[in-house]
Amino acid sequence: MPRSLNRQGRRHPLSSIVLIMVGLFVSGGAYAAVTSTASASDAPISATQIADGKALFAANCASCHGLAGEGSKAGPSVIGVGALSVEFQVGSGRMPMSGSGPQAEKKPVQFTQPEIDAMAAWVATLAPGPAVPDAASLTGGDASHGAELFRINCAMCHNVAGAGGALTEGKWAPHLNDIDPVHVYAAMVTGPQNMPVFSDLYISADEKKDIIAYLKFLDENPSVGGFDLGSLGPVSEGLFVWIFALGGLVAITVWLSAKSN
Amino acid sequence: MSDSNSEITVPTGSAVARPDRIQNPGFEPEHKRVTDESEKRMRGAERGISLLFMLSGFMTVSAVALYFIFPIVPGDLSSTRNNNMFVGLAIAAGLLCLGIGAVHWAKALMHGHEMVEERHPTRGDDATRARAVEIFQQANKESGWTRRKLLRNSLIGALVAIPIPAVAMFRDLAPGNTPEEVLNHTMWKKGVRLTRDPNGVPIKASEVTIGSSFHVIPENILDLEEGFLNEKAKAAVLLMRLPKESLNEAEDRKSWSYDGIVAYSKICTHVGCPVALYEQQTHHLLCPCHQSQFDVANHCAVIFGPAARALPQLPITVDDEGYLVAQSDFLEPVGPSYWERAR
Repeated sequence: MPRSLNRQGRRHPLSSIVLIMVGLFVSGGAYAAVTSTASASDAPISATQIADGKALFAANCASCHGLAGEGSKAGPSVIGVGALSVEFQVGSGRMPMSGSGPQAEKKPVQFTQPEIDAMAAWVATLAPGPAVPDAASLTGGDASHGAELFRINCAMCHNVAGAGGALTEGKWAPHLNDIDPVHVYAAMVTGPQNMPVFSDLYISADEKKDIIAYLKFLDENPSVGGFDLGSLGPVSEGLFVWIFALGGLVAITVWLSAKSN
Repeated sequence: MSDSNSEITVPTGSAVARPDRIQNPGFEPEHKRVTDESEKRMRGAERGISLLFMLSGFMTVSAVALYFIFPIVPGDLSSTRNNNMFVGLAIAAGLLCLGIGAVHWAKALMHGHEMVEERHPTRGDDATRARAVEIFQQANKESGWTRRKLLRNSLIGALVAIPIPAVAMFRDLAPGNTPEEVLNHTMWKKGVRLTRDPNGVPIKASEVTIGSSFHVIPENILDLEEGFLNEKAKAAVLLMRLPKESLNEAEDRKSWSYDGIVAYSKICTHVGCPVALYEQQTHHLLCPCHQSQFDVANHCAVIFGPAARALPQLPITVDDEGYLVAQSDFLEPVGPSYWERAR
C-alpha cells in the first residue's frame, strides 16, 4: 500500500494525457508556423517555388513516381500530366495514396495550397500539360444545358444527381456534391484514374462551365421530392419501402387478426 | 402366373369399419375481454374510440387548413412538395384514425360470442327441380329447339362466326417486321459521319485524345422527322481511344479501328441497357443494369456477367477532311438476343 501511495504522489494519473496534449500542441504549432512562412511565396511562379516543389516531390512522391517524375512499377509517370493533375490529385487529398488499392481514396488534404502550387509548378516544367484555370473563369454556366451534357456523359457513372456509383472490382465513381469547381474541371480535362478524358475538343471549356453550373445547382437546391435517401434510386427507396411500408402493413394485419384483450 | 404368393384372398365380411380418427375438438372456452368484465374499461374503450373519430374529423378539417397554410407558389417546386406532403399526411391521418376506430369498436365493444351459422343445402327441393325441368320442356316445345334442326344449327353457326373479325384485327397488332429485320439495320452506312450526342457536331480523329470516350450518334439522325428515339436506341455508339499497343485486335478486324480509336454499340447484348461506364485504365466497359463487363481491348468480349455476346463493333475510318466515318452498318444485329437469333 505505501508503494502505491508513493506512485500516486509522484505522478497524477492524468499527467500522461496532459503531456500528450502539450506535445501535440507544440508540434502542431511549430508545423503551422513553418507552413505559414511557406505561404508567403505566392502568385507568379518563381525559381524558388519550382525548387521547393522539386524538394517536396522528392520527399513525398518520388518513391512511387520517380525522382525525375519518370514513374516506376508503383506509380505512373507524371511527365506531361500538367499542373492541373497535381492540383486535382493532391488538392483533393487523393495523393499521396495511403496504400495501394483499387482506387485512390479522398482523404484530408496533406499539403497546404502553396505547397501544392509549388509541386504543380515543378511538374509543369517537366513537359507541357494542362494548367490550372482561374477559378473565376469557371462560373456563370448554363445549368440547364449542363444538365443535358451531364446526363449524356457523366450520369451513367456518377448518378444523375451526382451521388456517385460503383464500378468494377472495388472501384467506384465518387459523389460530386460540394466539389471545388477547379477539381470538377480538372477531372474532366485530365481523366484521373479510371475516368475517361473529356478534353476541350469534345466538351468545350464553355460546356464544362455549364456542367459545373449544374453541379452547383444541385448543391444549392434541395431535392424537391423531400428526403432523397442518398439519391440512390431504387436501392435505398426500395429498402425504405420494404422495411417501413411493408413492416407497417404487417403490423396492421397482425393487429386486425388478434383477439381483443 | 405360376406365383401363388401374389394372390391374397380376403374372406368376405371381414372389413372393419373404422371410427373417425379425428375428433371434433369443439370450441375453445369463450374468451372474455376486459371490456366484457369491467364496466369501467368498457366506458374507457368507448371514450377512446370516439376520441379517434373526433381526431379523424379534426385531421380532415386541418387538411383543408394546411392546403391554405402551405399554398402552391407557381415556380417554387418546394412549395408543391410541402403542400402535397402536409395535405396528404392530414388526409391519411384522418382516414387511418377512422379505420382504427372502426376496427377497435368491432373488436372491443361489439359482442364477442362465437356462433355457428349452418350453410343452407345447395340442392333445391324436389318441387323446385320438377318445376325447372317443366320450364325447360315448355320452352323447347314452344321454340321447337330440338324439332327445327335447320334453324338451330344455322344459329349456332352464326354465333361461331361472330369472333372471326377479331382474329383478323388482333393479328394485325403483331409487329410487321421480325426482330431480325428491325435490328439488322441501323442508320449507319458507308460514309456516315460520327457526330457528338446531342448536338450532332462531327468528330475529327485528331479530337479524340487517348483515354477519351465520346457518345456518338450518326450525322443524319438529327434530320429525322419521326422515330428519332427508336433510331437512336439502335444506332447509339460509344467511341473510345486506347493506346494503340493495348488494342488486341483480330486479324480480320484490324481495319475496323483507326489509330487506336474504336467504336462499339452502346446497347448491351443482355437486355439492352446503355453500356457506357468506361474505365480508361482497365479498358473495361460496365453495364450498370446487371453488371456485365466487356473488354474493349479484346473486341468487347464479355468478361463477366449475364451478357451472352460481345458488343457489336462499328467499322470506322476517316474521310478526306479527317472526320471519322462509318465503313458500313453494324455487321450483326445490335441489342439483346431474341428467339430467331442463332446465338
